[in-house]
Amino acid sequence: MSQTAFHHALLDATRPVPQNLTDGMGRPAGRRYAVYRNNVAVSLSEALATGFPATAALLGETNFARLSARFLRQHPPASPLLLQYGAGFPAFLDGIDGLGRLPFLSDIARLDLALRRAYHAADARPIAPEALAALDAETLPAARLHLAPAVQLLASRWPIVEIRAYALGERTAPPASAAQDVIVTRPGFDPLPLPLPAQGFAFAAALRSGMRLGDAVTQCGPGFDPAATLALLLANGAIAAIDTGGAE
Amino acid sequence: MTRTILPAAPGVGYKPQHFDDILAGAAPVQWLEIHAENYMGDGGRPLAQLRALAERFAISVHGVGLSIGGEGALDPDHLARLKHLIGWLNPASFSEHLAWSTHDSAFLNDLLPLPYTDATLSRVVDHIDQVQQALGRPMLLENPSSYLAFAESSWEEPAFLREIARRSGCGLLLDVNNVFVSATNLGFTPQSYIDAFPLELVGEIHVGGHDTDEDDHGAPLLIDSHGREVADPVWALLDYTLARSGPKPVLIEWDTDVPDWSVLAEEARRADEALSRLRIAA
Repeated sequence: MSQTAFHHALLDATRPVPQNLTDGMGRPAGRRYAVYRNNVAVSLSEALATGFPATAALLGETNFARLSARFLRQHPPASPLLLQYGAGFPAFLDGIDGLGRLPFLSDIARLDLALRRAYHAADARPIAPEALAALDAETLPAARLHLAPAVQLLASRWPIVEIRAYALGERTAPPASAAQDVIVTRPGFDPLPLPLPAQGFAFAAALRSGMRLGDAVTQCGPGFDPAATLALLLANGAIAAIDTGGAE
Repeated sequence: MTRTILPAAPGVGYKPQHFDDILAGAAPVQWLEIHAENYMGDGGRPLAQLRALAERFAISVHGVGLSIGGEGALDPDHLARLKHLIGWLNPASFSEHLAWSTHDSAFLNDLLPLPYTDATLSRVVDHIDQVQQALGRPMLLENPSSYLAFAESSWEEPAFLREIARRSGCGLLLDVNNVFVSATNLGFTPQSYIDAFPLELVGEIHVGGHDTDEDDHGAPLLIDSHGREVADPVWALLDYTLARSGPKPVLIEWDTDVPDWSVLAEEARRADEALSRLRIAA
């Protein structure tokens, strides 16, 4: 019997148990095959629940199980690295009808995913907060700031940092309804989701793209003051290096 | 770091929640086993913990994602990731399963069964050759727990594993709980399986807990859940095995509903007792 037949019936419980499987004593395997069906569904569903804790908390056990069961059948893992599984889960949630009460759910899933990516990202020693202030006025605008590999940036129409904390029971006050740009940093080993100041997303994204500090400030528009965002980046270990290497 | 060998002593499957307890004193645990795929991220706490543990303990890397029995080719990306991990960690042992888990590039996260035929045998041997060549070291292959059998199988499992080892040069990992589970589920005696097993090729033994269910006919159907204490008949089968194999590294596997360290350490103590009885008898 081919693994194709075994595989297809694993993910589709409406298909009959494949032929020529026995109980070891000559009788058909019957529900013994269901052990494998169950192992696949439960283990992948658990992987998703572990990887998307705030999403799972918002949905509750029953609803999360129902949605994860659909997702894992449509999108089984493409590699054995389950620590990466579920990259397509936020977009999948965007396509689900009936989530009207939780319009922010896919953004919470994006935040869960960003936190997980930050957790497993490469290590980097952050620069000391004073290092930037030590640069003179000429060098500073030409410098490039390298963000740490763990840094993740998200823009949302919802206050996702507060919603996540509320969902996980880390905060009791219900979130205020406001759009929120978020940076995930990892000062040590624990990722930290932090709301960014106004224009902070565009500024941090410009830095990450390799833009010089002066240009990154300018492209955020007149009147933009980078001080608050820079202070937040420095205080939370988000900058791994300053490159002052030769003016062009 | 020099490569050591796994000591003929108790080890446990490492869980991150036990990190502090283990560093505070893990006796009688002398070595740890990790699942390779959990340490294939780029950095962060998992790798930092692993580096710290590797300074104090012999480490066994146990893969759960290579799909050695898969009909398709081994995933070259996954093999490269494994080579990287084995390269920097230089563990005492690397092991994988006589099973498949990937098909049509979908990873199903379960150890799926194989028919024991000549075709399966040569495919598994080819894949093991490829792994051993990539890693530059021999590996151990583990016997599965079975819930069903294939009508087309023409080999008994111990003979099948012996022939794989003979052709590929790999060693074997004998999971005594899997033997007990398969024996109950498929209706053979576990002792006869151990008697037929090439114990001289065994580099490591596993024990773990199983759950009990029923099949369509009301016959007991044991599930290899790794979610509870090792059952008494499995401890007895471990004694039976060790009496024939001599001392081996014995691992406690506990992967779901993971308990406090003290519970796991008590299981390790029972394994230590089994090994001690052997020394007294010798």
